[in-house]
Amino acid sequence: MTTTTRLPAAAPRRGPTAPRSRRPLSRDTARTGLLFATPTALVVGIVFVIPLVLLIWMAFNDWPLIGASTPNWGANFAEISDPLFVKAIGFTALYTVITTVLLSAVALGLALLVQQSRPGTALYRTAFFIPAAIGLASTSLLFYGLYTQKDSGLNELLGLVGIGPLNWISTPNGALWSTVLLVVWRFSGFYMLILLTGLQAIPDEVYEAARVDGASWWRTFVSVTLPLLRPSIALMLILSVTGSVLAFDQFYILTSGGPDNSTVTLVVALYRKAFVQFDLGTAAALSLVVLAFLLVLNLIQFTLLRRDNTA
Amino acid sequence: MKRTKILGIAAHHVTSTVLALLFLLPLLWTLYGSLFGQGASPEGGFGFANYQSVVEYGSGLGTYLLNTTAVALMTVAGVLVVSAFGGYAFARLPFRGRNVLFILTLAILMVPYATILIPLYVLLGWLDLQDSLVGLALVMVMLQLPFSLFMMRNSFEALPKELDEAALMDGCSVAGAFFRVLLRGTVPGLVTVGLYAFLSSWNEFIAPLIFLTSGDLFTLPVALVSLRTGALGSVDYGALQAGVIVSALPCLLLFLFLQRYYVRGFTSGALKG
Repeated sequence: MTTTTRLPAAAPRRGPTAPRSRRPLSRDTARTGLLFATPTALVVGIVFVIPLVLLIWMAFNDWPLIGASTPNWGANFAEISDPLFVKAIGFTALYTVITTVLLSAVALGLALLVQQSRPGTALYRTAFFIPAAIGLASTSLLFYGLYTQKDSGLNELLGLVGIGPLNWISTPNGALWSTVLLVVWRFSGFYMLILLTGLQAIPDEVYEAARVDGASWWRTFVSVTLPLLRPSIALMLILSVTGSVLAFDQFYILTSGGPDNSTVTLVVALYRKAFVQFDLGTAAALSLVVLAFLLVLNLIQFTLLRRDNTA
Repeated sequence: MKRTKILGIAAHHVTSTVLALLFLLPLLWTLYGSLFGQGASPEGGFGFANYQSVVEYGSGLGTYLLNTTAVALMTVAGVLVVSAFGGYAFARLPFRGRNVLFILTLAILMVPYATILIPLYVLLGWLDLQDSLVGLALVMVMLQLPFSLFMMRNSFEALPKELDEAALMDGCSVAGAFFRVLLRGTVPGLVTVGLYAFLSSWNEFIAPLIFLTSGDLFTLPVALVSLRTGALGSVDYGALQAGVIVSALPCLLLFLFLQRYYVRGFTSGALKG
């Protein structure tokens, strides 16, 4: 085989980390590797890389839904000062902060509650998680019924503990908090599961040592559990922030961005620009801005996460 | 001392039970409403009339279920094929451009997909895949790819190297070793990947909302939203609740039966991609 004669030259270049390349099968390996990776390359290339390039091109064009596009070199970006879009940025930021804080707190509480394996814990865990198995669109329709049906019993139930009756989604504030409640119900079990995997990775000896030192429950929680849980908490924060910044389903279905456009999120604004006003170019430019912003945000979060892991 | 411990355990169970009921309540309310509430039966009380109206809505529940199932199955099949081959290549077969491709795939996670839906819409139009279930499934495969590829790469890496070597020793080619020996070892990973692909494509809302324009191609979530807004002025809450139950049931059953595989997705570290 020709490969065997070429090997002495190839070996030092690859170095000692790739001793397998000395095997005669390495050519079969490389060829099969390329072949097996082709479906991945095709999907990534056609459905991800091309759209990404197209997004940038569209952002610099006047691009109606139907008809020819013409370059307008950046005029689309002026639309960023559109009051509806500016308002959407503010609202999305507010919603992201509220949701992330509340979700993290509830998820952490649930995770601590079902952390130890006792009789019944498996059932509790399943109950907390079940909402996460249902789609966000179905969840939004479910809560739409709960909030708007006259005799749904929700206000009657709250009346028993002396709250309400509430207006739910008919006022701007009500619409925001109703959506937050929906999202907490739908996602806290999911984040609980992320935190649980983190909690279970903490070795028992660490708790044992804390007990020997006479640390109280609170002290153990703050000085042992929380620091060791940081990677899981960081993952939860990344997922929650990204998810909230891109919120669409729950607002499109539950509040339709109302009342009075008070709950229009970034993605709802993008959707309207593209598919209600048929201005794809501007929508692409706004998408590009959102993308760049999230990319920076993600990079910061990833760097922080990495630092946590090595510390 | 012993008494406070018992009290503590009791308090733990009471808190957990109350919370568990709070989490289950909205679902139970919806189930009850669909069977006993408004419109459930012409005489009032228990009946399946709400389910009957969902079955008859628009192009018929059968059509929507079929569309949703078709998209979900195409997505699952696509994700399984792409990520099984890809995962093996990334775990065991060094090839040119491997790192670049891996980073590009993970970059899908960094680019929020709502922002590339607009160019995807245009691209699918060029490919004549707009308003098509195949086009929708293709996009869903791409969205699931980072998680799935990472998961499958980890699954193949977890197999002992001796397994490959024994198969190659016995005269298998690299591809032969993959099909006859290694694939069997990654079944739990494949089930996890398939489960996630099914749940996410079954429940996807914004992509079918944008890509599908013909009513008879709608998937269940899009059809249910139009069921709500369709009736002029008044909302048929009973039918809406029945629809929510119909769309949630397959996911709940799958999750309850495959819970173990679902949790694997968390513990494998694939979520951290």
